[in-house]
Amino acid sequence: MGRTLAEKVWDAHIVRRGSDGAPDLLYIDLHLVHEVTSPQAFDGLRLAGRRVRRPDLTLATEDHNTPTVDIDLPIADPTSRTQIETLRRNAAEFGIRLHSLGDADQGIVHQVGPQLGLTQPGMTIVCGDSHTSTHGAFGALAFGIGTSEVEHVLATQTLPLQPFKTMAITVDGRLPAGATAKDIILAIIAKIGTGGGQGYVLEYRGEAIRSLSMEARMTICNMSIEAGARAGMIAPDETTFAYLKGRPHAPEGAEWDEAVAYWRTLRTDDDAVFDAEVVLDAAEIEPYVTWGTNPGQGLPLSGRVPDPADIADETERAAAQRALEYMGLVPGTPLREIAVDTVFIGSCTNGRIEDLRQVAKVFQGRRKADGVRVLVVPSSARVRLQAEAEGLDKIFTEFGAEWRNAGCSMCLGMNPDQLAPGERSASTSNRNFEGRQGKGGRTHLVSPLVAAATAVRGTLSSVADLGIEDAPDGSPLPVPALA
Amino acid sequence: MEKFTEHTGVGVPLRRSNVDTDQIIPALYLKRVTRTGFEDGLFSAWRSDPGFVLNQPAYAGGSVLVAGPDFGTGSSREHAVWALKDYGFRAVLSSRFADIFRGNAGKQGLLAGQLSQEDVELLWKLLETNPGTEVTVDLVRRQVRCVDVTVPLHVDDYTRWRLMEGLDDIGLTLQHEDEIAEFEEHRATWRPRTLPAKHLPKVEVRSARGVPVEIGRRPDA
Ligand code: SF4
Repeated sequence: MGRTLAEKVWDAHIVRRGSDGAPDLLYIDLHLVHEVTSPQAFDGLRLAGRRVRRPDLTLATEDHNTPTVDIDLPIADPTSRTQIETLRRNAAEFGIRLHSLGDADQGIVHQVGPQLGLTQPGMTIVCGDSHTSTHGAFGALAFGIGTSEVEHVLATQTLPLQPFKTMAITVDGRLPAGATAKDIILAIIAKIGTGGGQGYVLEYRGEAIRSLSMEARMTICNMSIEAGARAGMIAPDETTFAYLKGRPHAPEGAEWDEAVAYWRTLRTDDDAVFDAEVVLDAAEIEPYVTWGTNPGQGLPLSGRVPDPADIADETERAAAQRALEYMGLVPGTPLREIAVDTVFIGSCTNGRIEDLRQVAKVFQGRRKADGVRVLVVPSSARVRLQAEAEGLDKIFTEFGAEWRNAGCSMCLGMNPDQLAPGERSASTSNRNFEGRQGKGGRTHLVSPLVAAATAVRGTLSSVADLGIEDAPDGSPLPVPALA
Repeated sequence: MEKFTEHTGVGVPLRRSNVDTDQIIPALYLKRVTRTGFEDGLFSAWRSDPGFVLNQPAYAGGSVLVAGPDFGTGSSREHAVWALKDYGFRAVLSSRFADIFRGNAGKQGLLAGQLSQEDVELLWKLLETNPGTEVTVDLVRRQVRCVDVTVPLHVDDYTRWRLMEGLDDIGLTLQHEDEIAEFEEHRATWRPRTLPAKHLPKVEVRSARGVPVEIGRRPDA
């Protein structure tokens, strides 16, 4: 019988097959490290007198705690500073490559791997961060791990793992104008629920997925975890190869050909069987927004805040009730009438160059709504440099937005970029949990296009509400004519 | 790792579903570089509510948490497990766990035991009727006992074995070091390595300035 993509990658990494319910021991091709989930793992190594087995398969970057302004000054928050300094010491002691704040290769760990060409098809990639699923966009098996596992990978370059089940998520057809990859994944999560993917590796397939750019594929795989899945994958194809070609760590010459020949085999066989299948029609996907406090509580922007009384399941009803109280929303309110205080554009979900271009195309020639704070935070320093080379920074600042240095920023509010209690945001990030963006903060997850339109109008909006008929895509902006 | 065979302690009914790791311990506490002392962060937002279950004296010393479905969703932070353990919990019972949380728990000797939702509801009733009631989690016989009821406990064989033996994963894996070395010999040469480092030319990154980021209301609010 044929095998799925996930099974092929799994099989190619078995160091030792488990028997009697014991897990398989899997080899890990790339281990990404950041400051938050690693200090206790390095401590464990030191305590046990162990070394890092493969520093040359390990890469560290500073992202979660780093400030997005004044990065040339000492970090003000002493606990953040300690975490960063601890990572620097650990990287130096164990011989690990680290991209620090201020370095052109610094950025959110899930952007840095792909942009350096270190993320490639068919790899196993782990990081002490649940959004490691992002790298699955390249046909890698990539998933988040806990700190004990970080220590395990550092010491052994392997992980004992129980096999996952596989789920095919087929998105047929074409997306309507104004809908994006973010809306696809929000629609998927709203459909299968935050627990729907538990125990599965998701494989996204179908025409709508094939036609997406690598960046958009990363957005989709990124949020697999929000559907409860450990990993999401997309089979590599010409789009993948084109993205990788010429990247600093991509294979070259004869090795490139050898690699591509192998990568082409990384697709689910026609006779392979998935443990579960879900089908969506892209044509029915509209811009989505979340109204509640988990990413499954989302609806098309044209909808209204739901009434918990309409929910049959008791636990779900109670959850919706509590979510609405926290979010300060009244059932029946049209989602379009919800006013926000802050618009956050960034994160490993939607802080890449194509996202920034889409936003810039909406911002161009417009001004932000009064009283709304707009933060634009690129996912990496390279993305920032590229955006500046394309002149996007000027568009952002003329619009009235703040153009920041790279990092996780308001995605999780570990640095000073936070919502105040009761403040409401439209955010291109991935989690709308209570307090995620600051204690008492209220988050609506949206696509970059919806975020941009919301920044213009001050209430949750789509680009259609601005009279833009052809929703902008992620291609570069036309070079402005010389005056 | 401490061995886990059987544990008896006060059961704490947490009638909430989808308790995500941001609720178990907010990101604020993740800035620490130590591995112990996270009990103060456990359910930190909820603990300021006097009605919250752990603020009721009868439950305050609880060690068996009985929670709604989809416990531990969200981020991979192992701090969630440390916080539960540091507070004094030895077991969490739920009808469904997030995968990463379950894995982290097993590695730290915290039992994440699965019950049917019906049995969870049954325990909730018992624990709420008589706050302070003890629950016994018996890993050997795969049972949970409370007052006069006994319900089946689901834990996979491997996790159960490791918990009962108190085994450290890294030590187990390093017994197979020669097989790891053997695997490495056959890896394709084009597989990427982070060292020696390759990257685009180094360029200076200028620091953003601008409106100072306040933790606080927007200027005009
Ligand atoms: S941007 Fe957000 S989700 Fe992504 S790695 Fe950073 S904190 Fe995690």
